[in-house]
Amino acid sequence: MNPITRRRFLKITGTSLGAAAAAKTLSVLPGTANALEKAAAPSGVQVVPTFCDMCFWKCGALAYVRDGKLWKVEGNPEDPLSRGRLCPRGTGGVGAHYDPDRLTSPLLRRSSRGREEWVSVTWDEALDYIAERLQAIKAKYGPEAVALFSHGIGGNFLKHMMRAYGSPNIAAPSFAQCRGPRDVGFRLTFGEDVGSPERTDIANARCLVLIGSHLGENMHNTQVQEFSEALAAGASLIVVDPRLSVAAGKAKWYLPVKPGADIALLLAWMNVLVSENLYDREYVAAYGFGFERFAAEIEPFTPEWAYPETGIPPEVIRETAREMGRYRPATLVHPGRHATWYGDDAQRSRAIALLNALLGSWGRKGGFYYPQSMDVPAYPYPPYPKPEKGKVDNSGHKYPFADETITTGIREATISGKPYPVKGWLVYATNLIHALPNEAETIRALQELDLLAVVDVIPSEIAGWADVVLPESVYLERYDDLNVEWFRQPFIALRQPVVSAPHNQKPNWWIARKLADKLGLGEYFPWNSIEEYLQYRLDKAGYSLDELKQKGMILGPKRPIYFDEGVPAEFATPSGKIEFYSLQLAERGFDPVPKYTRPAEPPPGYFRLLYGRAPVHSFSRTQSNRLLMDMLPENDVWLNADVAARWGLKSGDYVRMKNQDGVLSNRIRVKATQRIRPDCVYMVHGFGHTAKGMSFARDKGASDAQLLTRYQTDPLMGGTGMNVNFVTFELEG
Amino acid sequence: MARFAMVIDTRQCVGCMDCVVACKTENGVPEGFNRDWIVQDVNGVFPTLHMEIRSERCNHCDNPPCVYCCPTGASHVHDLGGVVLVYREKCIGCKACLAACPYDARFIHPDGYADKCTFCIHRVEKGLDPSCVAVCPTYCMYFGDLDDPLSEVSQLLTSRQYHVLLPETGTKPQIYYLLPRW
Repeated sequence: MNPITRRRFLKITGTSLGAAAAAKTLSVLPGTANALEKAAAPSGVQVVPTFCDMCFWKCGALAYVRDGKLWKVEGNPEDPLSRGRLCPRGTGGVGAHYDPDRLTSPLLRRSSRGREEWVSVTWDEALDYIAERLQAIKAKYGPEAVALFSHGIGGNFLKHMMRAYGSPNIAAPSFAQCRGPRDVGFRLTFGEDVGSPERTDIANARCLVLIGSHLGENMHNTQVQEFSEALAAGASLIVVDPRLSVAAGKAKWYLPVKPGADIALLLAWMNVLVSENLYDREYVAAYGFGFERFAAEIEPFTPEWAYPETGIPPEVIRETAREMGRYRPATLVHPGRHATWYGDDAQRSRAIALLNALLGSWGRKGGFYYPQSMDVPAYPYPPYPKPEKGKVDNSGHKYPFADETITTGIREATISGKPYPVKGWLVYATNLIHALPNEAETIRALQELDLLAVVDVIPSEIAGWADVVLPESVYLERYDDLNVEWFRQPFIALRQPVVSAPHNQKPNWWIARKLADKLGLGEYFPWNSIEEYLQYRLDKAGYSLDELKQKGMILGPKRPIYFDEGVPAEFATPSGKIEFYSLQLAERGFDPVPKYTRPAEPPPGYFRLLYGRAPVHSFSRTQSNRLLMDMLPENDVWLNADVAARWGLKSGDYVRMKNQDGVLSNRIRVKATQRIRPDCVYMVHGFGHTAKGMSFARDKGASDAQLLTRYQTDPLMGGTGMNVNFVTFELEG
Repeated sequence: MARFAMVIDTRQCVGCMDCVVACKTENGVPEGFNRDWIVQDVNGVFPTLHMEIRSERCNHCDNPPCVYCCPTGASHVHDLGGVVLVYREKCIGCKACLAACPYDARFIHPDGYADKCTFCIHRVEKGLDPSCVAVCPTYCMYFGDLDDPLSEVSQLLTSRQYHVLLPETGTKPQIYYLLPRW
């Protein structure tokens, strides 16, 4: 190439360079030619906009195809979520397409369940098998006897098919094993939850408080970008975590809380804000309900009271509370996401909501904004049949505030046959063996089934237990439903095929439609192709599919997102106000203001097992992705360095963990570190695969899920608190 | 003349490894190898700890031992920006440069030549940032010309405290790490 010619060309055409460019001694200006490059992609390179599926965040992406092969994936600069930059998993999405361990053909079980012995069959054979059994179950037990477990937007068409079939039992682990308690706690307080992507205004926060939330290790892209932005702008950061997380390493205040004592800390913070008159009195007076009773309830919970519970000195609790008060209402106490810790999680989340309410951050800049969306009508399907029986997961409304379906409730009903039998499970894109606590219970439930069908892209553990496995094309090879997003600026995004599926994989919409046909439910899929479906919805909304195909997304108008921009301060609670004191909780026998209960201590020689995320992996779904496994091929167990020394362990040694019920983990490498309290250990979730087909990931690291034999169920909403297991070590010889 | 350098704000970096993954897809780095990597430097005793997270790579030294020791002239300083590069066709895979590099930035590519970070010179020559800089979700990396006093990298180095890796080796490395500001 001739750089001089190229540089001159850039200098002339780089319109964004402005006058400053002329003064530069260097004629190549790094980072200025993105738009130009995209306008004139090198020959043989096509750029296709789509949105990511490496996690649930749905970032807008540009996929590059070179000589007909997938080359790389970058963020779409037009996209408000990625803002042109993906996280490492999104960048590593290329590895999902090329994954040599992918499922390639429909499989039918040919020996007993869980032995993973298969025969490859055609799609017709596989779907006929499923349809026949679904019809038989419906005839004998009714359609309610089939449950669908589904994660992510890809499940939309299968959910539609299940509703057409007549089952109300549709669940995702994202409720009872993840964000459910948080959403319930916030709804009880503000009448609304924080949604996904969370409505947290991190970018504008002047004080950010993270409680166990390890932003930067969990890579919810926009959250991490805004976290970095807030730090750059000098925001004060307070991090509460038993482990010095990446975020804690950047904090002005790091509070190494005793695991499980978060509610004690939250109560003490609120006590300081009220007793020192640091809360937003006007806001509370205007929008609050039951503040006086709330204030009376928290009065005993001083920093001195909280000290022995939390291990955080009273003066630190006071100083951090004052720091929050100083920056309110732009103080954001982050609600977290994976909130299923100790079984009192909805109440802990409510305490976080109440702390935010005292700071006046809900509806305010730097706190929680009001997300906006665009109106894209649903496809006009015939009405669904009304199930004769109610949902199976929560009989008698045992968990009165569960407003989504409880996965573990379905599992329990499947085992007990009560309130009615469940005989079929369809599973889409969620590895239930790793996602639900107590693997043995899941396997017991599977024994009761007449049908277990799994749709996945990789041969996960749950696929290993299936009667039929259906191989799905990865997101870079398929259309999905539109993403009509709720965000600061509303937008519609399209996922579209970038490259073809390499084998006999099919997209979920095709699978759902074909299966519906075989079930005699063809009227529920009146469109002939997904493009016809998408075009219909977009036409109704006044947009064009062609435009979306070209740009990947259509942005909607910016509207007010804060109270002071004109958003009405309305709260969908029974009182119509922010409920400092909750009568609906009191009526059902729960604490109207959150209370602290001390969690059980680990027995001598045992440590509390904590788990979390690595930035390069999503759940147990990415451990066969070679690009991402190059970044983190196995997990470690983090152990306080002084404790490790007492055990004679050093970093790199392998151990097995044994939990309180005698369950022994796969071998796992020790990370002896000062970055964790001596009373707990930590590991990244998603490793320790056992499925035969996961040839690369199998036996690499250990599975936390396997060790979570116990869980504490949240009495408000049925979530499974999973930080209640204790482990000790068995040394490798 | 231009003197390319990278400035990395350790306050912003979360060590997510997006820079590493992007380098691998952009440059087709084979499985099992990488041209950049993350270091988490932890000092102190729990809970009073200091942690610095760094994205590391070839330092494109002003005084590059890998170039001086190369018996074939494969390792060389590029005309543009002082970038240290390798002529693959001249490289005999003798590993002298691997031994000479105090940063352990090089590896032998399965095709037999010494490989490492190129500052994505193929992108830079088109006016693009190196791939690692362009993808970083924390915006912690900056790339530019230190000979230009108005460039972002020059401005950052005059306004912020920074350090370089192994200055005692005399290599004059060109990756600069900004220190936190509090």
